[in-house]
Amino acid sequence: MKPLLIVFLLLLSPLASAVDTYQLTNPEQQAAYNTLVSELRCLVCQNQTIGDSNAELAADLRRQVYEMLQQGKSKDEILQFMTERYGDFVLYKPPFKAKTGLLWLGPVAFLVVGLLTVFLFVRRKKTIPSAKVEDVEKLAAVRRLLTDKDTENLS
Amino acid sequence: MQRFYHLNMLKFIIPLVLFIVLAVFLALGLRLNPHDIPSPFINKPAPLFSAPKLTAPIEKLSTTDLKGQVWLFNVWASWCVSCRSEHPILNQLAKQQTAVIVGLNYKDDPAAAKNWLDTLGNPYTVSIMDQDGRIGIDWGVYGVPETFVIDKKGVIRYKHTGPVTADDVQNIFLPLIATLQAETL
Repeated sequence: MKPLLIVFLLLLSPLASAVDTYQLTNPEQQAAYNTLVSELRCLVCQNQTIGDSNAELAADLRRQVYEMLQQGKSKDEILQFMTERYGDFVLYKPPFKAKTGLLWLGPVAFLVVGLLTVFLFVRRKKTIPSAKVEDVEKLAAVRRLLTDKDTENLS
Repeated sequence: MQRFYHLNMLKFIIPLVLFIVLAVFLALGLRLNPHDIPSPFINKPAPLFSAPKLTAPIEKLSTTDLKGQVWLFNVWASWCVSCRSEHPILNQLAKQQTAVIVGLNYKDDPAAAKNWLDTLGNPYTVSIMDQDGRIGIDWGVYGVPETFVIDKKGVIRYKHTGPVTADDVQNIFLPLIATLQAETL
């Protein structure tokens, strides 16, 4: 029972995110806060959102988001504020631009190439006959040669 | 027979091409520094600030005070390890008096910061305090040390992330400062 309990508690650990969750009175603003902190990248610990990270910069950016929401700024205004300062890199969902095209289309291209390969591979397999008349004849010829050799050696 | 020969060649050529493309991408990725995030500030006006000076907190320094001169804006802190390796380089650069060096003492304890300047030397014409990191956010600071080069019009022309080395000074900073000093307002 005890090991199970430990496993269960360990599974809960991802739920324990950001220490200083700010509380906004307006539920809509609270929802905006929650999405923003999960969409903005912590630039120090690059594979974490500012909501997940305990880095000082992440804490400062959370405070910034909180304060801007309190001032009545919209989600887009806050995202614009962040990209003006940190570039598109701060966004976990970068906008679709010429520069980010490969990022967005790359996976689709890979999928298409993969499906195409599978399709061609399967189709080609089907068209190859299992054994041709030619092969059967060749096989017989080889057998004949082998047996001839055997008889030659015996004599 | 000829057709089969071609197909067999393709069997080798396609994976080879894919492998080369992948290898090139990965090789490029290895050479890139993930902490070098292109600054969106290049060729944009420097963000405004008005902040208390480290040595005289009653006095404030603002961006407008620096208009008309080429200046470097160096983000530093006494808790920052790589700032220590950068410090002698900045001291040297300051001695050459090619440009004003303004320090942004980022999220630091003023006493520790003053002690740092007393023991290691002070390359800054003036240092301002940013104890809660708000000026840092405004300038898109994410890793200390960082160094910006601002021209006479108050436009950011260059940003360096990480410690400045002697090579950087010779190859990047001094030539850039010279060009910017030659520009007229």
